[in-house]
Amino acid sequence: MPVTLGASVDPKAAGAPALPVVARPPGGGAMPPPAPPVDRGARTAPIVEVREPLAARLVGAMAAPTMAICSALLLFGVFVAITGRNPVAVYYQMYRGSFGTWFSFQNTLLRAAPLMLTALATALPLRLGLVVLGGEGSMVIGGLAAAAAAMAAHNHGPNGLKLAMLLSGALVGGLWMAAAGALRAYRGVNETIATLLLNYIAIALLNHIVEGPLRDPASLNKPSTPPIGDVNMLGNVPGLDVHWGLAWGLFACVAAWVLMNRTTFGFAARMVGGNVRAALLNGLPVGRLFVITTLIGGACAGLAGSIEVAAIHGTANASLVTGYGYTGVLVAFIARGNPLAVIPVALLLGGIGASGGLLQRVFDLPDATVNVLQGILFICILFSETFNGRAPAFLRRAARPEAKTAAPAVSGGGG
Amino acid sequence: MADGSGVSGVALAVLGGAIRISTPFLFVSLGECLTEKSGRVNLGLEGTLVMGAMGGYGVSYLSGSPWLGVLAAGFLGLVLGAIHAWLCGRPRVNDVAVGIAMMLFGVGLAFFLGKPLIGPTAPHLPSISFGFWSSSPQVRSALQLNVLFVVGLAMSGVVLFVLRRTRWGLILRTVGESADAARAMGYDVNRVRLRATMAGGFLAGVGGSFLSLFYPGSWNEGLSSGQGLMAVALVIFARWDPIRCLYASLLFGGASALGPALQSVGVTSGYYLFNAAPYALTLAIIIATSSRDRALVGQPAELRLAR
Repeated sequence: MPVTLGASVDPKAAGAPALPVVARPPGGGAMPPPAPPVDRGARTAPIVEVREPLAARLVGAMAAPTMAICSALLLFGVFVAITGRNPVAVYYQMYRGSFGTWFSFQNTLLRAAPLMLTALATALPLRLGLVVLGGEGSMVIGGLAAAAAAMAAHNHGPNGLKLAMLLSGALVGGLWMAAAGALRAYRGVNETIATLLLNYIAIALLNHIVEGPLRDPASLNKPSTPPIGDVNMLGNVPGLDVHWGLAWGLFACVAAWVLMNRTTFGFAARMVGGNVRAALLNGLPVGRLFVITTLIGGACAGLAGSIEVAAIHGTANASLVTGYGYTGVLVAFIARGNPLAVIPVALLLGGIGASGGLLQRVFDLPDATVNVLQGILFICILFSETFNGRAPAFLRRAARPEAKTAAPAVSGGGG
Repeated sequence: MADGSGVSGVALAVLGGAIRISTPFLFVSLGECLTEKSGRVNLGLEGTLVMGAMGGYGVSYLSGSPWLGVLAAGFLGLVLGAIHAWLCGRPRVNDVAVGIAMMLFGVGLAFFLGKPLIGPTAPHLPSISFGFWSSSPQVRSALQLNVLFVVGLAMSGVVLFVLRRTRWGLILRTVGESADAARAMGYDVNRVRLRATMAGGFLAGVGGSFLSLFYPGSWNEGLSSGQGLMAVALVIFARWDPIRCLYASLLFGGASALGPALQSVGVTSGYYLFNAAPYALTLAIIIATSSRDRALVGQPAELRLAR
């Protein structure tokens, strides 16, 4: 993978591999499916996963979510019409406020960047069958850790300080969520509820620390940690009005995809997600996989928090509680846990978020309008799961003219 | 406040706060208990709670009758429960994820529709004074019980009776223990769960109306701080027993009241840490009661949430 590591990821270098990876012919460099050890004679063909051509797989994977997004937009249109606004006009303004102009598109990118990272926090554990909602908590605690690290590393120069912020944010955010993963693995505690509770605890901790121990005496009406200083802020990607967090988000999505789809770790993780019992019988360390995956996911969300501090606020305060964590859950579910799919979905939801302000100004719609649309979208996406693998059959056939010869794919697990 | 500001003052404030704060917990956890007994999880009760708070306040404001508001809140909860149950009844739809979606949807819709309700004052629910025997104003204010709390007390008995002693409760528990067995006996599993989820939604909606119509007593967007979610955890703690739901609600209410009670007597340091007390307590209790190897006592076998 020609992905450059390190702090100075060029957006093109990080973004470019995304396309070749998608367009890569199936099977090339892929991990070979495990050959069945014994042929018991009764079976005439060995169990191998028959991979469909990429176009067919893409269509198959995208048909249900696309239909769900369309029906959600339709339902939201009806909702808007009931409140007495013209849905077409609302959609036009939403387009203008998200992708229509260069200015609004940059606003969309600005919102999509943290969403990519918080979505990974849910998407990676989702591949193991864990429903984790802790992106918000990890993001908040990561931002807090970044601000604390900035105070500790203030005499190590701008680069050392930035590195300290990003690293400590990712580490603390990762550990915060890994706690839930470990509780699930070794104590059987439901991870959904544990991460939700950890979110509230993280927010209380943030409030406590910015009000007390780390409070900057100069911050009067909005208690904050001392500002990290303008020289130490994360700059913008050249040519854009968007900070480097976007590059980090893109890089993390691609790296997560490689991890989950092109490594033994990812293979083991997906096997656990398919069938925990089978994974245990095969001797996979299920508990350790839970912990490591939640650690990586939480690290992504923690990174999002430290980027919010390092690039936008310059200090840790209550503005860290953005709701990006919860929107990230939605992104992860629409992307069906696929890290590469997270990128376009994060752009879509970032766009919806970015258009909220315009809806408020032009149509006098409350700011919760965006939340209503997100809720409808989420419900439609989950509902579309019921059609998954059934409705798109005709579409898949259209994308695969030579399909008649292929044997029906045998895939393991109950995914 | 020379004498009453000591330990007894804090204890009284915690007691009063426990009763006040526990009422929404009680209703939501009873509703969740019913739903989970049928083998399904409704994580969306947080959305139902907020929706109930908004709807109850709105109807109370428009009609002038808080009781109509309570009823409307319950009805809204019923509708949201029906949507949840219908979605979960489809094949391959994950009830935990649907709950999260319903939570986002319910909260978003409530904020959307409730925008004009921020500001106007709606008539409140009455309260019954049980502290008439005491001359101390603190005792009096602590025992100023809300009618809904009394209803909730009765409700926990009613839910227990329904679950243990009625035919409907038996069917519901059968569905929760083994959907296959219930199906073999000719019961429509989805329909039973639909009714259980709708009943649970009704209770959660009523719990929400308490927030806006009694304490804190007005509608705003910061009204709920995750009570609906904590109630789900609380049901696990209460081992799916309505009476234990009552005790657990009081305990959680007390934990939530600790911060404000200490603040009222001048202990302000660590106020935000005390805000985390109910969540930390919930987490500690789940950790203590969970086990990797075996299901909890009283857990419906069909339930996926608490393995």
